[in-house]
Amino acid sequence: MFEAVLFYVFSLVAMMSGVGVVTMRNPIASALSLVVCFFFLAADYVLLDAHFVAVIQILVYAGAIMVLFIFVIMLLNLRHGDQLTFEDIGRRSIVGMGTAGLLAVGLFTALGQLPVVLPAQIPADYGTIAYIGKALFEGPYLLPFETVSALLTVAVVGAVVLAKKEI
Amino acid sequence: MTFDDVLPYLVALGRCVFAVVFVMQILPLLIWAERKGAAYIQDRPGPNRAHVMGIRAAGLVHTLNDVVKLIMKEDIVPGHVEKRYWAAAPVIAMSVALCTFIVVPFGDNFMGYQLKVSDIDGGLLFVLAATGMGVYGVMLAGWASNNKFSLLGGLRASAQMVSYELSMGLSAVVVFLIAGSVSLSAIAEMQAGAIWNWTVFTPMGFIAFVLFWTAAFAETNRTPFDLPEGEAELVGGYHTEYSSLRFALFFMAEYANMIVASSVTATLFFGGYNLPFVTPAQLREHADWVLMAAALAAPTFVYFAYEANKRKQRPFYQALPAGDARLKEPMVFVGLWLGAAVAHVGIGIAGALGLASKLSLNFISFGYLESTAVFGPDLVTAIVGITVLAAKILFGCWFFIWVRWTVPRFRYDQLMDLGWKRMLPLALGNVMFAAIWVAFFPTGLISTLFGSK
Repeated sequence: MFEAVLFYVFSLVAMMSGVGVVTMRNPIASALSLVVCFFFLAADYVLLDAHFVAVIQILVYAGAIMVLFIFVIMLLNLRHGDQLTFEDIGRRSIVGMGTAGLLAVGLFTALGQLPVVLPAQIPADYGTIAYIGKALFEGPYLLPFETVSALLTVAVVGAVVLAKKEI
Repeated sequence: MTFDDVLPYLVALGRCVFAVVFVMQILPLLIWAERKGAAYIQDRPGPNRAHVMGIRAAGLVHTLNDVVKLIMKEDIVPGHVEKRYWAAAPVIAMSVALCTFIVVPFGDNFMGYQLKVSDIDGGLLFVLAATGMGVYGVMLAGWASNNKFSLLGGLRASAQMVSYELSMGLSAVVVFLIAGSVSLSAIAEMQAGAIWNWTVFTPMGFIAFVLFWTAAFAETNRTPFDLPEGEAELVGGYHTEYSSLRFALFFMAEYANMIVASSVTATLFFGGYNLPFVTPAQLREHADWVLMAAALAAPTFVYFAYEANKRKQRPFYQALPAGDARLKEPMVFVGLWLGAAVAHVGIGIAGALGLASKLSLNFISFGYLESTAVFGPDLVTAIVGITVLAAKILFGCWFFIWVRWTVPRFRYDQLMDLGWKRMLPLALGNVMFAAIWVAFFPTGLISTLFGSK
């Protein structure tokens, strides 16, 4: 009961700040609402016993990636003068809605394939670091995990090649 | 709803209050220590004017004066700031600093309750995540102040904190590898017993400690990494536009961060709440002896009282006119030290009578809280744990102060060089080294060679 109340409160704040990301006029305010959104998503993860995912969410997304976002916004010094005009928003909203629609279709398809019946017994160490580590390094996800790491390395190398004038 | 239903919530509340109060109590002491330390290192008098009824209490009253001053000062909101974000920044800085403290254990357990606020699975990862959130306070302050110097300070702070977080995290990984857990409780438990169980006494643990400690200086924006507020270049850096209590929040956040950094370092590398060579189980078993040992401190206090009495002969006191309230100071100090000595003798007598092992919860609560567990030994163990950890924290904080008044500030390119080109490769290599080491000596070098734990 108590957990359900917390879940709805956290989810509501997360969704409101998610809306704030696209409606706020000040770029810094947008970025900060995204941080708040990540924060309350992490709170939801904690309620779902996924402590590790929650901490990593804050550590990586809120603590590192968004800091860089805000860093860039501050350096470019976007202020109120750079607000979008209505025409801009009209044109971009078509692209945005299209992307959102695609995402929604993808999500619903994925949700439809989920096993609706939950396992009767959830393992005691579910969501702990040991559990996730075993799943990633011993279990069925070893190959996808290592592939993703190779992909990330490629992305880093690509970024360096693109950004550096001479290597 | 019975008392037993409410008890877990009361315990949770008590733990939260304890963690906040613990930090907030050390804060004024640290501000005093910073001034006194500066005075000793730079050979000048330091705080020695403020007094209560003529008693100056070695400058401690200055901190009280500061608090009153900062509260009473006008809260100036400059016209050109982004008000909402500007007001939020100090609050973020302070609350994040206090939050970080919740995973630090103060002892193994007390009457079956763990002696830390929360036992989240993330443990140290939570500390790293929370420190990462601390960037926002500084960054927002710099940006929302809406002037170039503050913005530069904020940018410097965030760049520096993001850079050093990497070395910090990688040094923590070494401790994870040695302990096989990220929970600070498990890490502290692993270091119980002999002093060579402390992580810092392994080769990779020592390197990790040096890197972690250096990164902690950068994360807390302390000298030699205090470029975000380098007053020669940036006026006051990110807190230039703040006054009154808002400035006090930034000021307190810096000291709270020092306390958190010291406590995490003490727990990771220096055995946390553990006394060397004594495990909590042994403390529990011999709680009476611990109390008796406290009486051994009494002669030290008597000696301090003797030294305080000699202050009367100082030229300063000789030159004071008769009837000056300051003439009473030496006697106040003598009284305090003698009181401490008497208290310790009292504790020792209580131990000799075996009171600790007889003290039970039934007795304390007049039979209302029924418990078969014995209260006394747990209480003694908890107090010893908290005291030991507090001593380690205070030493760490003193180290911060010591460095601040000894080492000059880095240049910004030197700072980035050190972070990215020296510390990061060293930390990476150290992780590899630690992994190999742990594979060969899974229970530690000395235990593996001599077969004892």
